[in-house]
Amino acid sequence: MSTWRVAAAILRKDLLSEWRTKDVLTGVLLFGFTVSVAFTFAFEPTADEARVIAGGLLWLAFLFASILGLNRGFARETANDCLAGLRLAPADPGAIYLGKLLSNLLLLFIAELVLLPVFGLFFNLSLWNRPGSLLLILLLGTWGLTALGTMFSAVSANTRMQELMLPLLLLPLTVPVLVATVDLTATLLADLPLAFAGLQFRLLVGFDIIFTLLCWLLFGYVVEE
Amino acid sequence: MALDRLRFGIEPGEFLVVLGRNGAGKTTLLRTLALLQPPSEGELLFDDQPARRLPTSFKQRLGFCGHDLALYDELTAEENLHFYARLYGLADAARRVPEVLEEMGLADRAGSRARSLSRGLKQRLALARAWLHRPDVLLLDEPATGLDAPTRERLHAWLAGCHRSGRTVILSSHDLAESLRPASRVLLLEKGAVLFDGPNSPGLADELKARLVAAAR
Repeated sequence: MSTWRVAAAILRKDLLSEWRTKDVLTGVLLFGFTVSVAFTFAFEPTADEARVIAGGLLWLAFLFASILGLNRGFARETANDCLAGLRLAPADPGAIYLGKLLSNLLLLFIAELVLLPVFGLFFNLSLWNRPGSLLLILLLGTWGLTALGTMFSAVSANTRMQELMLPLLLLPLTVPVLVATVDLTATLLADLPLAFAGLQFRLLVGFDIIFTLLCWLLFGYVVEE
Repeated sequence: MALDRLRFGIEPGEFLVVLGRNGAGKTTLLRTLALLQPPSEGELLFDDQPARRLPTSFKQRLGFCGHDLALYDELTAEENLHFYARLYGLADAARRVPEVLEEMGLADRAGSRARSLSRGLKQRLALARAWLHRPDVLLLDEPATGLDAPTRERLHAWLAGCHRSGRTVILSSHDLAESLRPASRVLLLEKGAVLFDGPNSPGLADELKARLVAAAR
């Protein structure tokens, strides 16, 4: 019970801070928009080509934008040593992780929902034919990125090259997420049932569960001095 | 090594002032006692229990205010305290938060964002945060930093009140004369080791000063 209470308090605090500063959303949206524009002009794909490559480009844009968002999200805790304030509380470090994970997940998910129509417009793609499947892929992919990203943003927060360290740690380990989400998105854009990429779906769900549990268990060691 | 073979006990209800020059190990000692920093060697005991074996709920008994104030700049004073009240699971937060703000002389700044507060007001808000959950042990690292003279007086009166109510107060300072006043016991650190440990007494400030000068030579 106390785990959820603490996680909810952190989520609420992060959303209130974000509402006031727009720190994460502004950065992620601007970056995502710029990357989408750059990809459109770089490839100028036909409708058929767009359906093939859009999944990869979309998730690359989301991945890079999310790194920016994750870095900014944890910067709130390093300023004024607020992380010490969290660690002083009678809360399991896993609860702190869960709170930060939920706030990162929600903010990035909102940013992606805004970016998605922009991306669809630039690539002349109809992304909302199967909204349920699209939202599910988006949620699972973002969950995978933030599960690891939240953990590594805490690791990199204690290093001198904070902005550089997060992508260095995160990118190699999120390859399975990227592979699975790109395949699943391509399957969706080809108007095929998601069962065609059943292996990737299971891989993504497994990755999300395993890394969420692992990071939840290890977070205490990461934030300990 | 910030602390070197430190061995001492603190009785419940003591008012311990930890003194020492910059870099003597005061902050490390207080952060260790606040369970923020485990000792690299040795054992920290609370009620004869090793700190590493204590349940997380034990932290409810500790209140810590360090150099960095652990305040969220974009939240108001009131919101900061409500956030920490939720972390500590305070059932009476709606009553307790205004009460603590009043106690720290911040009632009229409850709606001000932490970012807009002066260093002194932020320090008072951080003290309010440390005191919010009514801890048994108050650990304050140079709490008078940034406070003007009247507010320092008020702080000492408040600390004396906490002590009278049976709380254990441990505060660090490098200001000998001022910090000794409310102390029941004094610990003088130099290069992480204990240079003096004893009860407060009249004229102690001069003795401690002499010891510090001798150690610095």
